[in-house]
Amino acid sequence: MIVFLQSLMSGVLIGGVYALIGIGLTIIFGVMRVINFAHGDILMIGMYLTYFLFSVFGIDPFLSVAICIPVMFAFGALTQKFFINRMLGALPQNQILLTIGLGLIMSNTIMLLFTSDYKILTTSYSSGSVDLAGISVSQPLAISFFITAAITAALYWFLMKTDIGQAIRATAQDREAAQLMGINVRWTSILAFGIGSALAGTAGALISPTYYIFPQVGSAFTLKAFVITVLGGMGSIVGATLGGIIIGVTESMSAVYISSGWKEVVVYVLFLLVLLFKPSGLMGTSRM
Amino acid sequence: MLKIDKLNFSYGDLKVLWDIDLEVHAGEIVTVVGSNGAGKSTTLKNISRLVRPTSGTLTFGGADLTRLESHEVVELGVVQVPEGRKIFPEMTVTENLRMGSFIKSARGDREANIERVFTLFPRLRERHKQLGGTMSGGEQQMLAIARGLMTNPKLLLLDEPSLGLAPLLVKSIFETITEINRQGVTVLLVEQNVYQSLRIAHRAYVLETGRVVLTGTGEELLGNEHVRKAFLGM
Repeated sequence: MIVFLQSLMSGVLIGGVYALIGIGLTIIFGVMRVINFAHGDILMIGMYLTYFLFSVFGIDPFLSVAICIPVMFAFGALTQKFFINRMLGALPQNQILLTIGLGLIMSNTIMLLFTSDYKILTTSYSSGSVDLAGISVSQPLAISFFITAAITAALYWFLMKTDIGQAIRATAQDREAAQLMGINVRWTSILAFGIGSALAGTAGALISPTYYIFPQVGSAFTLKAFVITVLGGMGSIVGATLGGIIIGVTESMSAVYISSGWKEVVVYVLFLLVLLFKPSGLMGTSRM
Repeated sequence: MLKIDKLNFSYGDLKVLWDIDLEVHAGEIVTVVGSNGAGKSTTLKNISRLVRPTSGTLTFGGADLTRLESHEVVELGVVQVPEGRKIFPEMTVTENLRMGSFIKSARGDREANIERVFTLFPRLRERHKQLGGTMSGGEQQMLAIARGLMTNPKLLLLDEPSLGLAPLLVKSIFETITEINRQGVTVLLVEQNVYQSLRIAHRAYVLETGRVVLTGTGEELLGNEHVRKAFLGM
């Protein structure tokens, strides 16, 4: 029983970070109708930014989230403004190629700057844990989960309650109608890509104390983000949150009860089953 | 107020509009009638800058519309209620209305305008918490018009507001359009319901295969031999 609760707990905690990655991808998809294949690479840049801030200035990885959010927002917004906005209305496959290309440029630039060596960011609490009613909870995962929850709540409030957040949702629901309301959809696209990048970068910062950091780490996360988003239903924020936690728990459970080498297999089998029986995803009907 | 001069437009190789000349004066209800595919909606899309014309000039109050983006046309006061209503399906009635007052000049009047459209369409007040996508066609049409009014339009472009509505609702939608015009909003109405539109319009244009073939006052066209034969089945 303790083992079950233990793995459930760590699954939920890592699932929170996965959710953040998935929400970023789903917001970009909702507004742009483009799958961002550079999503994992943006996360990787967030990891390196955190590593850089830690190794040069000694800034704690969790504190660096406060720097990561604005920097990665600006990075994403500029990428949208100068590259992706030029491709609005182009064929979908061309837009996909563009994001793949941008991702390659990002990972190769990082390789040039930091070499392809694996980096580890070790903090005093990297392997620390707290005891919670007999269940031991990894300290960095617990902190990152709370940061994730706070960011998700703030984002939800922003999208539901503010004029600009509603304009982003309106663009996602009907781009043409949004234009007829006087919403500048190029501008909401820039915002959406900025927010999506900030979320991916923040997720990168949050996992940097527990993951290896290397330039190609992004591709695995792009794939994971895609699975999370499709599982939850493309464009649905609630779906992405749910999808992230489901993937986190599935990974952690199968690592404990089957073998850690098989956890990816279980995740993809689950993914295929959802696609088979509910092709639009768990929250498929509802968009942003 | 609105002046269109020699507007030509093609979808790829298919030419849809041929030298359209059209004018709307302040305070009028002007209607553009014609059958399906005559180019009525395309004309409105050109005004709202959702598509780019091949040639021709479009001006509103002296401003050259062809230099503007869609959202800038809205800021000038030219607001379109699109065909098929295009309600935001995952937003409530109130949220849809709030989006109607997104532009800065309309934001200050938001609460007053919500009250105004609730008076015009009491049904929307009852349904203010319902999601747009779950409403009936008639209710969505009311919401679409109400959302357009939230923007404080000088010129309201209505694209097929009666499409797919029950006959009783059609009558009340046309009454509402007259009422909106009486409150000082100029209206450019595009319709397939030729009889009802000509009845409420000050002036009208008849479009056939992308060309203006007839123009005159609503009454003149109601009495016109060609219109009676082609559209009214008389």
